[in-house]
Amino acid sequence: MTKRTVHFKIYRYDPDKDEKPYMQDISVELEPSDKKLLDALVRLRAKDDSMSFRRSCREGVCGSDAMNINGKNGLACLTDVDSLQQPITLRPLPGLPVIRDLIVDMTQFFKQYHSIKPYLVNNDPAPERERLQTPEDREELNGLYECILCACCSTSCPSFWWNPDKFVGPAGLLAAYRFLADTRDQDTNARLDNLEDPYRLFRCHTIMNCVDVCPKGLNPTRAIGKIKDMMVRRAI
Amino acid sequence: MVKQRIVVGAHYGLKDWIAQRATAVYMALYTIVFALCAFSLPELSYESWSGLFSNGLFKFLSFLFFLSVFYHAWIGVRDLWMDYIKPDGVRLALHLVTLFLLVGYAGWAAQILWRL
Repeated sequence: MTKRTVHFKIYRYDPDKDEKPYMQDISVELEPSDKKLLDALVRLRAKDDSMSFRRSCREGVCGSDAMNINGKNGLACLTDVDSLQQPITLRPLPGLPVIRDLIVDMTQFFKQYHSIKPYLVNNDPAPERERLQTPEDREELNGLYECILCACCSTSCPSFWWNPDKFVGPAGLLAAYRFLADTRDQDTNARLDNLEDPYRLFRCHTIMNCVDVCPKGLNPTRAIGKIKDMMVRRAI
Repeated sequence: MVKQRIVVGAHYGLKDWIAQRATAVYMALYTIVFALCAFSLPELSYESWSGLFSNGLFKFLSFLFFLSVFYHAWIGVRDLWMDYIKPDGVRLALHLVTLFLLVGYAGWAAQILWRL
């Protein structure tokens, strides 16, 4: 890859300075080694250090650099910059309060995540070594435990936009099923009780934006379906 | 001012979710049965039409269809209010209006069917 210039249209808002948000047109020259959108953003920040975004691991593990890229949520560090149509329009994740530029306040998102008790509940005395599972039981956790809580899915979900205070959202529900599916967990009934609510679970209308945007290729809609399945089996 | 706390955990929703799917299946099946019956009528006249509905079983299946439509609509419309209407008082009022309308429609449907 050679040196090339990329054009951006970036959402800018600094509540201390700006009266309201605006879109900034800006270009940056990339080095041959710059491959991902995050590389371009780092170059941009070298040019204009007032531009704010979160980033940490730069390899799709921490989930910090989730943003709305050309209208679709994704991770800057996993997105090939050359695959994007220019000008590359960057906005903060939709539906969450903006702190500054591309940084959003994730409080509501994590509140919902915490509400499903995202930890193993097992009241038996801890064994000398680990609590074992059969390979088949462990298999069920694949596609669930990989979630990095980047919030791409929940902030692309219309149901979460309208009711972020009441609907758990795809990320939270995927995590909920991760513990419902865990054979070592003993809190299944309480977990299902906690979710049996027209808002918490049943706001999901299978829109499937979550599946479309997940940068880890996970399927929250399938997990939500399995939660409903467990509820039905419990009820009939 | 103390902000009102948001309370969730109403412990319902599953039955409505199942009912929405069950009624959808019934409506689809009824549509097929209805289409077959309507197309097998010897002629399209009032007499043959009312003859079709004079059959007790067909009347029953048709009434069940209308009940399915209204129950299905109740859940769907209620979901719309839940999604988009934020003030609780307005939402409750809309829920009640929807409910009364649909119950009224059910009575009306019965009256029409048993008049045929």
